[in-house]
Amino acid sequence: MCTSELAVALGPRSGARTPEHVTAAAQLSDEALLGAVARSDEAALAELYDRFGRMAYGLALRVLRDSTLAEDAVQDAFLNVWRSAESFQADRAKASTWVLTFVHRRAVDLVRREERRRTEPEEAAPVPAGPGADEDVERRSKREVVQDALRQLPVDQRQAIELAYYGGYTQSELAERLGEPLGTIKSRMFTGLQRLRALLDEAGFETAS
Amino acid sequence: MTLRPSIRAVSEEPHDLVAPYALDALDDQERAAFERHLDECADCRAQLEELQEATLALAYAESAEPPPALRERILEAARSDNGKVVQFPRRRWLFPATATAAAAAAAVAIGVGLWASSLSRDLDRERSANAGYARALQLLGGGAEVTQLADAEGGLLVAPDGEAALVVCGLQPAPKDKTYEAWVIEGETPRPAGLFRGGGECPPVLLERDVPKGAQVAVTLEPKGGVDQPTGPLLVRSEAV
Repeated sequence: MCTSELAVALGPRSGARTPEHVTAAAQLSDEALLGAVARSDEAALAELYDRFGRMAYGLALRVLRDSTLAEDAVQDAFLNVWRSAESFQADRAKASTWVLTFVHRRAVDLVRREERRRTEPEEAAPVPAGPGADEDVERRSKREVVQDALRQLPVDQRQAIELAYYGGYTQSELAERLGEPLGTIKSRMFTGLQRLRALLDEAGFETAS
Repeated sequence: MTLRPSIRAVSEEPHDLVAPYALDALDDQERAAFERHLDECADCRAQLEELQEATLALAYAESAEPPPALRERILEAARSDNGKVVQFPRRRWLFPATATAAAAAAAVAIGVGLWASSLSRDLDRERSANAGYARALQLLGGGAEVTQLADAEGGLLVAPDGEAALVVCGLQPAPKDKTYEAWVIEGETPRPAGLFRGGGECPPVLLERDVPKGAQVAVTLEPKGGVDQPTGPLLVRSEAV
């Protein structure tokens, strides 16, 4: 990871938030930003939150359906990012995947521990993006592209993906719930994700922040 | 789709856990086992990377305005993280009231497994960690007794000769200027038994001091480098062995 210019731009201990500083953080790639977080740079953490906080909260809210729990999940996840950014390996995953995986796992952990548990996740009203935010239009269109792609999946694949990812069900729970062999569930997930990816590629979907 | 492989045939094949893993649809034990496999399977890693493009998109599809105070709360938590007590996980880490020694043993077995899965990702620590892991496994297989922890998931393995390994699940990585320190407490006297960083699911910590009958093991959070007498908060303690 290329961090030397970052060290120059941000300084070794940069708690201060000058405009230049914020601009510098804003121009870093997600991966470089994580490098700065690993060196306990608060401005970098703030920038990371500004990039992913809305998605993180939306995702946690979709899984947990409770704003307090969703806030807990996001806070835990970002604190985890703060503490373990050193172990991020850019060759293994994108920074965005890494950060959102923390959020998703935390949300899933919480929903599995909560006995109140998700009823019918596919019926969950989609959470609308708050109006007035700058990147809303772009974000909303990404959301539409993804939802559009999901709708094009065969219904059993879509169901397996949505119940697992947004509902927090394990593969075994799904097999039981849907009355299908585990192998069927796995192959639905696999085929569904592959197809989803192909559909998103066709639609020119980019997961860049 | 008419594809209906038999449950047994596919469940023995770790490759097809890539999709459930990408969706976080594995339980803790399955996840740990698959992460171990992932370390050895380049094809699986490549496949995972592809599927994660799709799961990442699922995350991108969700977006909601968080309460404005959350940003500052997170930054504040990070800021005070360096000096402050690690927030020890709340109730959810506790054993249910009905927990038995068997449950503790299971948690330890899982812990050792989970730990192994995180091992190869940390090459720097691999050598010393390998030794600790191998020893913990030997203890587990060699008639060590498993003692339950009072405040956390995991357990304490004590061999008949007193050699011991502690498995604690769910300890967050210690803040950068702190370390976890294990203690063997005999009577009223705590003696230092090793430092560790926490994080990474349930790493077994081979204690540097034998645990005699009737003693307890505890964990505190201390300044980096460790101390001779506990000063930090008591985070974990075992029952008397």
